[in-house]
Amino acid sequence: MSEKVDLETHIIKMKPDASVDLSTKDLHVWYGQNEAIKGVTLEFEENKITSLIGPSGCGKSTYLRSLNRMNDEIQIARVTGEILYHGKDINTPETDVYEMRKNIGMVFQRPNPFSKSIYDNISFALKRHGVKDKNALDEAVETSLKQAALWEQVKDDLHKNALALSGGQQQRLCIARAIALKPDVLLLDEPASALDPISTSQVEDTLLQLKEKYSIIIVTHNMQQASRISDYTAFFYLGNVIEYDETRKVFTRPKIQSTEDYVSGNFG
Amino acid sequence: MNAKKIDKIAVGFLYAMAGVIVLILFSLLAFILWRGIPQISWEFLTTPSKSFQTGGGIVIQLFNSFYLLILTMLISTPLSLGAAIYLSEYAKKNLLTDFIRTIIEVLSSLPSVVVGLFGFLVFVLQWGLGFSILSGAMALTLFNLPLLTRTIEDSLRAIPLTQREAGLALGLSRWETVNLVILPAALPGILTGMILAAGRIFGEAAALIYTAGQSAPALDFTNWNPLSISSPLNVMRPA
Repeated sequence: MSEKVDLETHIIKMKPDASVDLSTKDLHVWYGQNEAIKGVTLEFEENKITSLIGPSGCGKSTYLRSLNRMNDEIQIARVTGEILYHGKDINTPETDVYEMRKNIGMVFQRPNPFSKSIYDNISFALKRHGVKDKNALDEAVETSLKQAALWEQVKDDLHKNALALSGGQQQRLCIARAIALKPDVLLLDEPASALDPISTSQVEDTLLQLKEKYSIIIVTHNMQQASRISDYTAFFYLGNVIEYDETRKVFTRPKIQSTEDYVSGNFG
Repeated sequence: MNAKKIDKIAVGFLYAMAGVIVLILFSLLAFILWRGIPQISWEFLTTPSKSFQTGGGIVIQLFNSFYLLILTMLISTPLSLGAAIYLSEYAKKNLLTDFIRTIIEVLSSLPSVVVGLFGFLVFVLQWGLGFSILSGAMALTLFNLPLLTRTIEDSLRAIPLTQREAGLALGLSRWETVNLVILPAALPGILTGMILAAGRIFGEAAALIYTAGQSAPALDFTNWNPLSISSPLNVMRPA
């Protein structure tokens, strides 16, 4: 629920009593000399789905990837500003990024399961993070596959290679793999763009169930998807957030002309 | 002439070319097998050669070839693997790493005689290892490193970036990602590279003349003390 609207930027602030998992303050991302994100300040409410929309090249994926510091892996990328996770800035050299990424999980545009069995895809990272007990692993695999709505289809052949699954199943396996680590934030970068409509709606159903437990931030090119599943929507344009509000407001009564043009399909 | 006719002529021409090559290879192979197979017997493979008489076998030469091959792979695989992992996973893209890659390319085109002479000067004379299995294995390592590094690096690079992202996004460190995700996925390619390298080493002669020696001393296959001169395991004996 919005408390007030900053008239200059049309970005809502969360109510003081709303629980905010993750927020950024004046976040800039540079690729060499090129400024891809020009100072974005956003707050993401707990147990809500937030969509990041905008035309190609507007910086929404770049922004999403900086939230769990995946941009660290790009040699020329430089990220300045604060990324606050439960009030603590994680955009510092002292931050243990590997520990942090356990809490801020990510699912990518193309399904990228490992060339291992379904079981190992999920249990593998857990083992690396110190879960050794076989029963605990079995349970984590079952729970996360159930949460990702994949359990019924794969429970009989958990030791089949994950690459033998269909695209939609692979993507849900990637979601299961991410939530097995029990993160509280889940970042999704166009998770359904490589999937057919049926798989897409399955992934969307999965996300709607998952928001009971996780805060979800999703980049999407699909306006219907954003309006179907998200509680908040941020409209990115040329490296800035132009408008951030509750999804129904962004889609029915946008305050900015370019937002209206974009969500109604007049450009982008 | 219409397109169909030209196509037929072209296909016929290509078949003829391929046929000539296959014919040459087959006749060579057939000649070798026809003359060679009757000579191969268990005795030929398992008895030492004789110096002043006809007859005798090739057991020592055969053993030395395999021993050199194993030693060379033992030395060169860890080195190549390390270098390839560094180049494909850790090295930043800049002038220095481009330079290193170019040097590796240049090294891989060295003629094996040059490698042999280098091994002779450095390992045999400078380091005082003499004509020995060890000198030979090190020369072959030198000969083998560039190509093996290159093939391992290529098979690591062939693993899509999305696999690395997947590992990192699960909170694995880069080392864990390389070790547990990228290496297992690249293993078939790495093994192919190693097998091809093994073939090259096994067939190499020129680099060995100057490093491992020209004649093999008699070996006592009951003596397994690696320090004894007549032991097959001694790495300091000539081969």
